[in-house]
Amino acid sequence: MASATAAGDAAPPDVRLGPSPLLEVSDLRVTFHSRAGNVYAVQGISFSIEPGQTLAIIGESGSGKTVSAQAMMAILPRTAHVTGSIRFNGEEMVGRSERELRDYRGRCVAMVFQNPERSLNPTMRVGSQIAEAITTHLPLDRKQAHERAIELLRMVRIPAPERRFYEYPHQLSGGMRQRVVIAIALACGPAVLIADEATTALDVTTQAQIMDLLLDLQEETGTALLMISHDLGLAASYAEDVIVMYAGKVVERAPTKELFAGVRMPYTQALLDAIPRIDTQPHVLLPVIGGRPPDLSVIPAGCPFAPRCPEVQQDCRDQAPPLKQHEPERWWACWHPYRKGAGQ
Amino acid sequence: MTSGEVLLEVHDLVQEFVLRDFGGTKGGVLQAVAGVSLELHVGETLGIVGETGSGKSTLARSVIQAPPPKRGQVIFQGQDLVKLSGRALKSARRNLQMVFQDPFTSLDPRWTVTRLVEEPLVAYAEGDRQERRTRVSELLDLVGLDPERHGGRHPHELSGGQCQRVAVARALALNPKLILCDEPVSSLDVLVQAQVLNLFEKLREELGLSYLFIAHDLALVRQVSDRVAVMYLGKLCEVGPVQSLFAEPLHPYTFALLNSIPSPDPTVGRRDTASVISGELPSPLDPPSGCRFRTRCPRAEGRCAAEVPELRELTNGRFVACHFPLPAREAVAADGKAPDPVVAVAPAPLWPAEPNGAG
Repeated sequence: MASATAAGDAAPPDVRLGPSPLLEVSDLRVTFHSRAGNVYAVQGISFSIEPGQTLAIIGESGSGKTVSAQAMMAILPRTAHVTGSIRFNGEEMVGRSERELRDYRGRCVAMVFQNPERSLNPTMRVGSQIAEAITTHLPLDRKQAHERAIELLRMVRIPAPERRFYEYPHQLSGGMRQRVVIAIALACGPAVLIADEATTALDVTTQAQIMDLLLDLQEETGTALLMISHDLGLAASYAEDVIVMYAGKVVERAPTKELFAGVRMPYTQALLDAIPRIDTQPHVLLPVIGGRPPDLSVIPAGCPFAPRCPEVQQDCRDQAPPLKQHEPERWWACWHPYRKGAGQ
Repeated sequence: MTSGEVLLEVHDLVQEFVLRDFGGTKGGVLQAVAGVSLELHVGETLGIVGETGSGKSTLARSVIQAPPPKRGQVIFQGQDLVKLSGRALKSARRNLQMVFQDPFTSLDPRWTVTRLVEEPLVAYAEGDRQERRTRVSELLDLVGLDPERHGGRHPHELSGGQCQRVAVARALALNPKLILCDEPVSSLDVLVQAQVLNLFEKLREELGLSYLFIAHDLALVRQVSDRVAVMYLGKLCEVGPVQSLFAEPLHPYTFALLNSIPSPDPTVGRRDTASVISGELPSPLDPPSGCRFRTRCPRAEGRCAAEVPELRELTNGRFVACHFPLPAREAVAADGKAPDPVVAVAPAPLWPAEPNGAG
């Protein structure tokens, strides 16, 4: 596609063809310190993304998925204490200075946020906002940045990009605004694109359009896509691999097809059961589990899901199960997983 | 299930908002609801689906007369609410309650749970203080909250699901006949959402409630509704019993909506990109002539621009407002793809490859 090549020419991504994985997170822990006590938001997660891969992180609010994404973008507030390692092409990113990180953000890893209204400046023309992202990271002058911005608007399929360049965010619809946010994220040709609930605020029809756009752009540019969502249905439809998080930990990881064919971890099953499906009968009660996600200010001794788990046994309460690879490409953290084919 | 008796009847309801330019001059008239007629029977749940800006919330608000609609009738239990005012309206509305989307903003943050649930009883001067307190305890028990533990708390000390339970308890305080739910679970997590949905089901059975259930999530609407009405840009596209409407959508818009839902089953796969509708909702200030969906409809022809399609009954209980409704079963069979008996909405290319006349 012409736009893709032009984009590639204007912004050679500073990505050396290193050995995989592209982005490797290992034993990432994020703790928020406050006078009221510590909050252990992320309690040691590890995973990696290869170029061109689509990975989804699924979890409820408070499971630590957004905090993990913010740690990968290095945009956590100062109250956050990050340990563990985040390696981009083999280079450690945790503990870098702000100046070094500025180059890393946008060029290596870029992010699309949930609410397009809040991530755009209402007093700036959308074109200028894209151009700003370009000139911040790339050695281009104003005119070149302008051309590249229009190129990007065309890439995210905004009709009449020359005219739209001069419009303000309030003149665009929610879907169009999210397209602008995606254009800004893609401005410097990032190797990893993080979409944090990027379609949650949008209607189903617009959500389908935006997801199709993201996957098409991924094919064109070869970036890795990390989707963060609470919607298992969305992950099932668009991601290749799924990571399920609960209480700051990864509890299950598997290729999408295999995960939905046979869930191992009871929490994933509970999540899946709770979704109203299009093929269920009306007025049928949904199977629900009681309780609430645990308080993150204390690290429990056992499995964090134990108090709500239907399969709980004594060893679950005594010791937390580690996330282990049990089958090729399948990881889970559970002492008593569902067996193959069971549990559904 | 339904006793057949009509509880709520809406006739040709129109709600308009006047937009003001600088200096208060009339800038335009936005017709948020453009002539909607529907019926709701006793014990029935009617789901209303549509995109943002389709007028579903405005419809609900017009029904409870907040504000009253511009034109049309809202006949609730034999009385036209539009004609009532003052005390008469207040007493008629007693049986009509609403649950809103965001539990945090619909509850006063400075009030305790007990006071919040007691408020409707105070407003209608129900019983004395002691009786009201007893009723509050009953209500909190009913929605699964502990009166001792939660009664003295403020909304910020509760989780989203608990707040929504308080909002439901408030709506139930006066023993209403009908509850209007405007996106009651869309701000909640899946597991909490399932709990609140089950609560609605339990209350429907125990108290014989009827619901008008507004949501943008089609799977959710399917879970709770007996019948579904699909709205687009202030008008109804299609009304029908939930199972047949989901299995065989007649209106192209309903088909497109169903096709946009991501399914939690990867074997369904990534849907056909061509069947995802393009474009966006046209401006409600200047809606398209004729059929309002024609600018995005792949089946649109000349007649759609000239003539407004009326909502008509095609088969038993299935109403559709379309000049060229989808021929349901035949088209699927002709394509060589028999509909899956369970997921009959599986994306089959019902639409022509070359959309003719689509803007």
